[in-house]
Amino acid sequence: MLLQQLVNGLTLGSVYALIALGYTMVYGILELINFAHGEIYMLGAYLGIILMVFFTAIGLTSYSLPLSLILTFFLSIIFCASYGFTMEKIAYKPLRKAPRLSPLISAIGVSIFLQNYVMLTQGATDKVFPHLFETSTITFMSVSMTYLQFFIILTSAIVMVFLRLFVRKTKIGKAMRAVAQDKIMASLVGINIDTVISVTFIIGSGLAAIAGLMVAMYYGLVNYYIGYVAGIKAFTAAVLGGIGSIRGAMLGGLLLGLVESLGASYISSEYKDAYAFIILVLILLMKPGGLFGKAELEKV
Amino acid sequence: MYLLEVKGLSKYFGGIKAVEEVTFKVKEGIIMSIIGPNGAGKTTIFNCLTGLSNPTKGDLYFSGTKLTGLPPHRIVRLGISRTFQNIRLFREMSVIENVMVAQHHKTRSGLIGSIIRWKRFRDEEKVVREKSIEYLGLVGLSDYPDAISGNLPYGAQRRLEIARALATEPSLILLDEPTAGMNPQETSEIMSLIRNFKKLGKTILLIEHDMKVVMGISDWIVVLDHGVKIAEGLPADIRKDSMVIGAYLGREH
Repeated sequence: MLLQQLVNGLTLGSVYALIALGYTMVYGILELINFAHGEIYMLGAYLGIILMVFFTAIGLTSYSLPLSLILTFFLSIIFCASYGFTMEKIAYKPLRKAPRLSPLISAIGVSIFLQNYVMLTQGATDKVFPHLFETSTITFMSVSMTYLQFFIILTSAIVMVFLRLFVRKTKIGKAMRAVAQDKIMASLVGINIDTVISVTFIIGSGLAAIAGLMVAMYYGLVNYYIGYVAGIKAFTAAVLGGIGSIRGAMLGGLLLGLVESLGASYISSEYKDAYAFIILVLILLMKPGGLFGKAELEKV
Repeated sequence: MYLLEVKGLSKYFGGIKAVEEVTFKVKEGIIMSIIGPNGAGKTTIFNCLTGLSNPTKGDLYFSGTKLTGLPPHRIVRLGISRTFQNIRLFREMSVIENVMVAQHHKTRSGLIGSIIRWKRFRDEEKVVREKSIEYLGLVGLSDYPDAISGNLPYGAQRRLEIARALATEPSLILLDEPTAGMNPQETSEIMSLIRNFKKLGKTILLIEHDMKVVMGISDWIVVLDHGVKIAEGLPADIRKDSMVIGAYLGREH
């Protein structure tokens, strides 16, 4: 029972972690809480359904399921990344020098816009992900894990390892860290801040697309407001880990998933969504900087 | 041949005239100091030169290129770099990363290309690392490349900031009070560093309060007071200038 809930929690948690990374990276660079980030995740989920239905209709899924999955991931990531890129250019870049509240309000505006845009174009009812996967499970020591759960955990783990390597080792990764620490100084060593910000939005949105796709597959149902709750939970995960910290977001996401799943099975599943917010309140009271954060020293 | 020309530079903040109609030229290969009491507008001139603030009036030319309106990262790429009065390192990055990040704009792999063309990037990165060690060697820091820069002692942080400024391969280096808060021993080390840069063919523009440093290493001095240039000349002449003495010690009425 406990182990089973741990597996469920880990699945959920790795999705939260993927979304939380987008929040934390954008916050690290711009000190902006991108409230529209959950909507990018929602777009990813919708695209997953649209593309898979399309591939089923043209017979690609029955020809090769892995190929159609790879194509779906690839196209959704590109699509969501371009949304993220455009969103920054339209809604945030013109406000770069404005007071901090302005881009925040702009973010809420983008979020409302995207929700309604999807509601109008896709309808207000739930969309169903085509049933394509066998529900066979891997059983090990009385714990059973579906192939899909295994796939979600594995994919998230790989993506996060790559992200960490990317930020540590590559040129743009170093540039991102420099910009996060001191934007002005970064520009004075020749770093183009605009490029770094764009790349941050592209990566964050790509991760959200992956999360959205996997959730669409996992729950099988998608509607236009899933981005709202998922977004707030992932934001909680980012705060839990210490907003601005990448490993904090990863750990915060996993912890949140575990708490939700354990809380649902041992306390009450009625309050499933409340656990995240109870945690948020507790962190803000006890350790406002989060697990890896350093609120008091940051950004003098 | 003048490397830098400042023509009628003015910078106003609301009603405050931080810099007013300042004109001077910097010859290639010299050490020039800008001196003046606090609030004379020295740092404001540096900010205009590096693209951090836009001049209200006036023009800036760097080896013939107009600087006005260019963003900071473009100006760095033209060959101007600077340090700050209050040290601004990337404190959470290692010593060598601070220097490496300053060279990246010169390597061929684009920011995105560093991911797609991984092998070429790796080779370039090796060269950049070796060069960084050289820059660290110039300031005497090559022994601790992997230390977190925020943990270095104060004097070493200053020298690291200079190494980073050097790593962008500038022809003009702007140093904003490089000896602030240093003891006499550290100050003389910085002075010999600056002389060394001159030997390497760099042009240095220096803001400095320590008159021993200024008189000891400058080839030319510009004096500002309340945003206005009140004198310029050789160190020996500046020392005797009554306007300069007045600005520093208060005028007789």
